[in-house]
This record gives sequence, structure tokens and C-alpha cells, in this order.
Amino acid sequence: MSDRTATLADQGLMRPPRQRNSLAKTYFGTPGNTVVTLVCLAVLGFAAKVAVSWLLLDAVFEGTPEDCKASSGACWPYLAAKMRYMLFGIYPFDEQWRPLLATLLFIAAMAISGIPRLWGRSLLVAWVALLPVLFWLMAGGAFGLSAVPTSQWGGLPLSFMLTFVGLVCALPLGILLALARLSNLPAIRVLAITFIELVRGVPLISILFMASVMLPLFMPEGMTIDKLLRAQVAIILFAAAYIAEIVRAGLQALPRGQTEAAQALGLHYWQYTVLVTVPQALKMVIPPLVSLFIGFFQDTTLVTIVGLLDFLNTVRTALRDPNWQGIAVLEGYVFAAVVYFVFSALMGAYSRFLEKRFRVGHD
Amino acid sequence: MSPIVLLRDRRARELAYQVICVAAVALCVWYLLRNALGNLAQQDIATGFAYLGREAGFIISETPIAYEPSDSYARAVLVGLLNTVKVSLLAIVLGTIIGTLVGIARLSRNPLLSRLMLFYVEALRNVPLLLYLFLWYAAIIFTLPPVKQAITLLPGVYVSNSGLVVPAVVWNSGFWALAVAAGIGLAAAFAWQAAAKRKRIATGKARPVWPVALGWFIAPVVVAALLFDVSAQLDWPELGRFRLTGGAHLKPEFVALLLGLTLGASASVAEIVRSGILAIGRGQREAAQALGLPEGLTMRLVILPQALRVIVPPLTNIYVTTFKNSSLAIAIGYPDLVMVSNNIMNQTGQAIEPIALFMLVYLFLSLTTSLLMNWYNAQVALKGR
Amino acid sequence: MAMFRTACRVAAAAMLLGSSVVAAEAATTLETVKARGKLICGVSMGTTGFALADAQGKFAGFDVDVCRAVSAAVFGDPNKVDFVMTNINTRFQVLQSGEIDILSRQTTMTYSREASLGIDFGPAVFYDGQGLMVAKSLGITTAKDLDGAAVCTLPGTTTAQNLADFFRATGKKFELVVFENPDENNNAFFSGRCDAVSSDRSDLASIRAASKSPDDYVILPETISKEPLAPAVRQNDSNWRDIVSWTAWMLMAAEEKGITQANVDEQLKSEDPEILRMLGATDDLGPMLGLDKAWGYNVVKHVGNYAEVFDRNLGEKTALGLSRGPNTLWNNGGLLYPPPFR
Repeated sequence: MSDRTATLADQGLMRPPRQRNSLAKTYFGTPGNTVVTLVCLAVLGFAAKVAVSWLLLDAVFEGTPEDCKASSGACWPYLAAKMRYMLFGIYPFDEQWRPLLATLLFIAAMAISGIPRLWGRSLLVAWVALLPVLFWLMAGGAFGLSAVPTSQWGGLPLSFMLTFVGLVCALPLGILLALARLSNLPAIRVLAITFIELVRGVPLISILFMASVMLPLFMPEGMTIDKLLRAQVAIILFAAAYIAEIVRAGLQALPRGQTEAAQALGLHYWQYTVLVTVPQALKMVIPPLVSLFIGFFQDTTLVTIVGLLDFLNTVRTALRDPNWQGIAVLEGYVFAAVVYFVFSALMGAYSRFLEKRFRVGHD
Repeated sequence: MSPIVLLRDRRARELAYQVICVAAVALCVWYLLRNALGNLAQQDIATGFAYLGREAGFIISETPIAYEPSDSYARAVLVGLLNTVKVSLLAIVLGTIIGTLVGIARLSRNPLLSRLMLFYVEALRNVPLLLYLFLWYAAIIFTLPPVKQAITLLPGVYVSNSGLVVPAVVWNSGFWALAVAAGIGLAAAFAWQAAAKRKRIATGKARPVWPVALGWFIAPVVVAALLFDVSAQLDWPELGRFRLTGGAHLKPEFVALLLGLTLGASASVAEIVRSGILAIGRGQREAAQALGLPEGLTMRLVILPQALRVIVPPLTNIYVTTFKNSSLAIAIGYPDLVMVSNNIMNQTGQAIEPIALFMLVYLFLSLTTSLLMNWYNAQVALKGR
Repeated sequence: MAMFRTACRVAAAAMLLGSSVVAAEAATTLETVKARGKLICGVSMGTTGFALADAQGKFAGFDVDVCRAVSAAVFGDPNKVDFVMTNINTRFQVLQSGEIDILSRQTTMTYSREASLGIDFGPAVFYDGQGLMVAKSLGITTAKDLDGAAVCTLPGTTTAQNLADFFRATGKKFELVVFENPDENNNAFFSGRCDAVSSDRSDLASIRAASKSPDDYVILPETISKEPLAPAVRQNDSNWRDIVSWTAWMLMAAEEKGITQANVDEQLKSEDPEILRMLGATDDLGPMLGLDKAWGYNVVKHVGNYAEVFDRNLGEKTALGLSRGPNTLWNNGGLLYPPPFR
């Protein structure tokens, strides 16, 4: 599902040869270029016209579903009326400040963690402290907050959670798998290769199906795992296989001298793996890992198909309201697309920033 | 040897690790299987693949091969598989073409064009494919008119929210002779082109390629047309009581899925083509320009063939990804392999077998694509002399 | 690396916290529910009249009320229920796995489900049948006129099969478009992608009720299948099945005896010995099932009788506007026939 890793690694590598040209020459230098410019302008103009008339001129800013039905433009009152449902799903209405606060805290924490200068032990401690707080905010059931079962979690916080918990849990698993795949013990290598190739060879949706339909059958009698956790497990296993391949690339890119020097110092396998190779490899693969993160943020939308109320699904099911049925079909999707775009593009920009920084560091 | 001595021995230790690992995995698998079998038995859930032989009983809306509800589940699975292959292959071909063009346009010196293409790529890569599928599908069925008010693009070509309908060409049996002849002609034309190229490289003399190759292609077709009775009829779509009847239909479910997969693949291809071209040293371009090659030819003869070597491995990933992404068809009602399997799960109450079956098929498809692309990669790789 | 190890530990801790892995000792469902202090009820993903969460996330509907009635029977409180929205594909699995205690989700009782899915059905609470709905503007009065039409439907177990059989039997051809979820299905129908939509008649009524202008659509008279909708429970727990069954029958019997939410307190002084047994004023019917003596009283007091539940969610005054049809009591010529409470 995520083919970004292959492509982003070499982004910004080189720029096309650039010459300083006058504006006229840049856009209208040759007849061919003139045509290109004109066509582009036409496309842009058309897009702008469509966007402006849909978003502004023909749009309904205030009013009832009837007003929206009569108009051909965007229906802003729909977004206003359904915003809370879209963002938080069926989370108890009066308690929705909790997921809101949790989401804001999470986004703030992510933003702060993005600053490489702050990377270190204290940041980790902060996360360790923050996660139970976020969980408490969402689930409640202690210190004065009423309990909210996971079956009522939904919307944007759920999407964030599936992505974040998925990758955090998948990372150690993926590293172990990568080490196993590079191991010189044949049995372990074969096991790792089997798992990785098996998972990478099938669509995520099949693993989600497996988790939601088949997994209960594999559990001992009387033991149940709730449906959110099942999807989460599926995402973790899926992500682990992809992370394993990224980490493997990092490990293989390490100069052999690193291992040899460590061995010469008398460190045994686990010592030099934990202290020497893995930390260096991980540092090298941070940019592709961030790209993977973006990919998985988008892939979590697939839980829609197994009936979890992630952000895409709350946006979709918001339309079930009889008052709005068949009226504001595109508005919700466009809104969701903008939200996904903003978060993904921000993370993408961040990934490129890291790449640049790391490249500078290495040269 | 005592156990402690054994532990000191590296080989023995490694063996022990492996045995422990394999045993742990085997134990887990055994434990899960035992639970599953116990649960299945306790809940009276049927097991095995016997269901494949039973009558499917449901209708599939798109059938590349003949299929009736009275056919078996196995045939229903096959229909689903063919639908998956059909939409994926089309998306791969179209996505590659569009993606290559966009990738080249991304490097255009016209900032307007390159920015526009950048936006195209970013807009596609930063929004989930599933959302696009929902969006395209909703856009088709809500913005196009219902079939009764279908837009007539050309005589016999109708567009409505029930899809695109065009006149279908119905061939008689002579068509097969014609098709075979065209195949032979194509092969002959390519053989001639290859021979001419070899000759040119060997002797430095250019021979006419296109006129002769065209002749090689046309000759067998003409011969076949004369020898066999080839005729074709046009099947015009007509407005029935509810639907357009006759003609060839492109259903909106298929179109939305194809659109989503194609655009998604094209964005990824564009990125790879772009970085592939950038990976070619600037000297190559400059040398070609110094030789007086125009820009188009430089791209076609110098840059792209070399970039191909960098491009092919990641391209494989995109193709495999497209195959796997086609499984999202289930969200918008296109009867692919997953959707058909899902239907079977619903009807038979058996979950494990249909899921295992379609996972195996995807594994097979992924591995086949990888193998094919590896083979191709070996063909275009630099040959050491 | 220490950083990394800590990260692993955090992850593990988060997993443990976030999970609700419950390893239940082999207890009966009633014991489990009582120990949990809550009933967990699987309902649909949102069907007007049967189970729909409002903007505040509060569930309402016919299927919801069945669960509330069981909650009232077990706890004396109709609100000790958590509703879980179940997907049409996985609804039986979540029941089998013990994730929910009752599946109350417009589910048809059939032989093969009862025999091969590891579940047991309670009594039918709603007698339904598959039908077809079209836009009035098509001017069609019978499904036999649908030759050559496109029909949208959901991948129910037998919905597509019934349609295939119906059209085969009448010698008509049609195009079937199957959707995985109701949203795309409804959208396709309302936009005119399909000429007709097929589902259980009650479901068609909710699709129609959820449309902008319900009067524009008409449900065709043909009923092409029998669909007795019933709550389901896990197999091999007859005590729990009894509780669910008799709660459903309590609703019907209350209507038969004229006990309503409003008059249930007066009925405690009734002359009719069966009423007194039902409401727990005499005899100890409740404890036989491990319930409170006054469980019947609680059900009617908090949820009402069958007629009240029906009228509130599906009846003529609601958006669905369903008439009782076969869902009236046996003594009115209907199919509801609660066994005697004695």
C-alpha cells in the first residue's frame, strides 16, 4: 500500500538546470512553451472558476437543507451542523471536549516532537507521561471522568490513534523482523522472510478482514478482543512488515566496518546490535519512516470497510441524517480530503526537511 | 558434553536459538489452530472447500466470462478474479502512460507546468485512495443525469449516472482469423524492425523501417480478410423502458474504481519517473544537445532508456500496489475478488476458507508481477561486456 | 538505545491499557452481564426506526428497545446497555466471539444460520419480507413490470439470491448492483443509478423515511421472501436465550393483556392472575430464570408493551409510517402469539 518510501528517498536530490531568464522568456520563450503556458493558464482558470463558483458564488452559507437543495454550490450549513459528528462520531455528545482536548494535546505533542533538537530522553519521558493522560481522557472511568467504551470512539481521534499506536507498536516488531531477516541463522531468516513477504503480498483489507472475521475464531473459548483492538492488531502486523523492510535497508546500508569494529572490541551479537548497528540504521531511515507514517495515516481509512467509525466513516455516515440525505454528498468528502491533505502534506514537508537535514549531517 | 559447555559452543547455541524460535512459532500456530478447530466444532460451523462446488445463487453485475447464478461458487470466484485483473491491468497501463507524461512535465522549465503537475501529484498522494473512490463514485452518480436523461455525446454514445454506453461491434466467427492474422503481422513487423536495427548497427546503413514494417503488418490481415468471411455488425444502444439496452456498457462502479486506481498509480509513477530522470547525469543531456538532438528526441532516445533502469524496480512496487489496491472495489460495489468472496462468506457462513483463498490469489498475483518485472529488469539492465 | 527500550515498554503498556482483553471464566452470559453491570447489544450501523444514534450519540429504535427491555429485565434499568454498531458481514462473528451479548439487528431467522453459525434465535419480533421500492415517477405498480431495470441491494445472505430467484421465476431480466454498505446503496438509488432498491420491507420503509421526500417513492406490493426478524444469542446458553425470548414475549403479552407503561402500576392490583404473575405480584416466575421477581414489571414500566415500542419507532405516526401488518396479536389475526406466563 505504501510505495512512498521508494520515491521520497531521492526527492530534492537534484534540480533541473536553471537559468536566469526574463519572465517573458520563461513563459513564452518558444512557440511550444507559449502553448504550454496558455494551456496551463486555461486549466488553472477553469479550475479557479469551478472552485470559486462552487465554494463561494453558488454556495449556501446559512440556511436549511432546502436552501442547499435549491443551490448548485457547496452547502456550508451542512458542515456546520455535522461537524461534531464528523470529528468525533458517536462519542457521548456532552463529553466531546475530551476527544477534542486529547486530539489537540496529541497534535501539539507531535509538533513538539518534530524538533530534532529536543530529541532525547526527556521527550520520551514526556510521551510516557502523556499517553496515559490521553487514554484517560478518551476512555475515562477514573478521576471523575465517566467511562466511554471503545465502541463509541470515532472520528479523527480514532484515525490518529490507529496510526500512532499502530506504528509505535510496529516499530520494535519491525526491527526484530529486520534483524531476523538479516540473521545468518537459516531457520530464523526463513520465518522472518515468510512473514514479511506474506504480509506485503496481500492487501491490507484482507488482513483487516482476517482480524475482524477470522481472529475471534482463533481465540480460546470465552476470550474476546474488542473490534477496535482487532483492527489495531491488524494494522500493527501490517506496518511491522513494511517497517522491517525499511529498517533492513538501513542496516544493509551501514558500512561493514561498524560491525567488524564492534566485533573486534569483543561485543557479542546483541550488544553490538543494540548499541551500534540498530541506532545508526534507525537514524538513517527516519525520513522513509515518516513517509510510511503518512501512508499509514491514509491506510487507516480502510477500517471503514470493516465498520469502524474512523474519520472517513464518520464523514460518510453523517449523511444518514434524514434531513440531509442526498443533498450534501460531496461536501463531506471534500472536507475530509482537505483534512487528510493538510495533515499528510505537513508530514510530507517535515519528511523532506528531515532528509535535507540528515543529508547535510552526513556530508 | 555438559549443557554449559554446549552453551559456550557457538554452533550449538545458534542451533538452540533456531530450534526455540521455530518451536515457539509452531506452538503458536498449533495453539491458534486448535482453538479455531475447537470453536468451529463447538459452534457447528462448516469447514472445508466443499462449498466451491455448490451453486452460487447470486448475481454478479460484471461478468467478463459467461456466468449464471446457477453456476458454482468456484466460477463466481473466477469471475471476481477476472474482474480484479481487468481493472488492475487497465489502471496499470493508463497510470503508467499518464504518470510518465506527468513525471516529465514535472521537470519542465516552464514553472507554470511543473507547479501544476506538482499540485496534481501532491493532491493525489496526500489524500487516501478510499476517499477518492467514494468521492469519484458520488460525483458520478450525483452530478451526471439519470439514464432517462442521458447526455448524447455522439450518436449512440450516451453518458449518464449509470455509466457510459457505446455501440458495440459484434463480429462473426471470421473475426478470430483476422485477430490471429493481425497478431502474426505485428510480430513480423517487429521482427523486421529489429532486423533493420541490427543491420544498421552492423553496417551503419539505415534501411527504411516504417513502410516495410507496415507492409508486413497489413499483408496477413488483408490475406485473412480475403480468405475468410469476416463481417461485423454494430449493436446500437437503445433506450428501453428503464435502461439503455444493447451496446457496450461501462458501469460507474468500474469507472470510479478505474479512475481512482489510475490516478493514484499515475502520481506514484510520476514521482518515480521524475527521480529516474534526475538520476541521469546532466552530462548525458548536454552531450545529446551538443550532438544537435532536439529536446524530444533527447528524452526519448537518451534519457528515458537510461532512466528505465532506475525506474523499473520501484515501478514493480507500484504495479503490485495497484493490484492490491483494487481490493477497495468492495467499497463502491464493483464485484472484484474480495467482494465476491465477501458475498460467499455471507452466504455460507464460512469465513476462513474464502479469506484464505483470496489472500493466496493476491500473493500469487503479487509474486507473478514481481517475477515478470524482475525479468524485464534483467532485460533492460546494463549488460557488462 | 535505552530510549528505544523505554519506547518499547511504553508501547506495551499502552497496548495493555488500551485493550479490553477479557478472559472470561466459563460463566453463563447472565453471570457475565451481571458482573459487568452492563449489557452489550449489537445493533445495525444506523437504520432509521430500528437503530439510529442521534446527534448526541443516544440510540433509539425498535431493535434498540428490544435490548433496553432485556436490560430492564436483568437490571431493572433500561439504560444499562452499551450499543455496538455491527457490520452486516461480521455481525455473527462478534456474537460468536462474545463481544456482544445480544444481536438485535434486523436479522432473519433461518435454518442454516441456526444450524451452522453457532447462534440461537429468540422469537421473531418483527415479521418482515423482502420487497422492492421504486420512484413513483416510474409509474410502476408491480414488480413484474421491472423487466430490464437496474436493482440496487446490499449483500445480505439471501437478498441477492431471492431477487435472482424472483426474476428467474417470472422470466424477467435485470441488472443487479450490490453494495457493501447502505450509504452507497441508498445514494445509488436516490440518484437514479438504479431504478429499484430491494431489501426487507421494513428496511425499505426506513430508506424511504430517510429520504428528503418520502412521498416520491413507493414500495411495490410483492413480497418475495419471508423474513422473520429475531434477536440472536450465542448457542448453548439456554438460560440466556430464555431471558431474551421471554422478554420479547413479555412485550407482546403485555399488549395482549392491555398493560401499558402508563397503567402498569394500577395493573399490579389487577384481578387477572396471569397479569399478576407477569408483573411479579404473585408467584416467583423471575427467580426461575435467575431474574428479579419484578422483571416483567420493569420491562413494561421502562420500555412499554409491544404496541408502544412499535408505534414509537415504526408506527404510522413516525417517519417510517409502517402499519402493523402481520405484526399484530394472534387474536387480531396477526402472527404475534406469546406463550402463556405460568
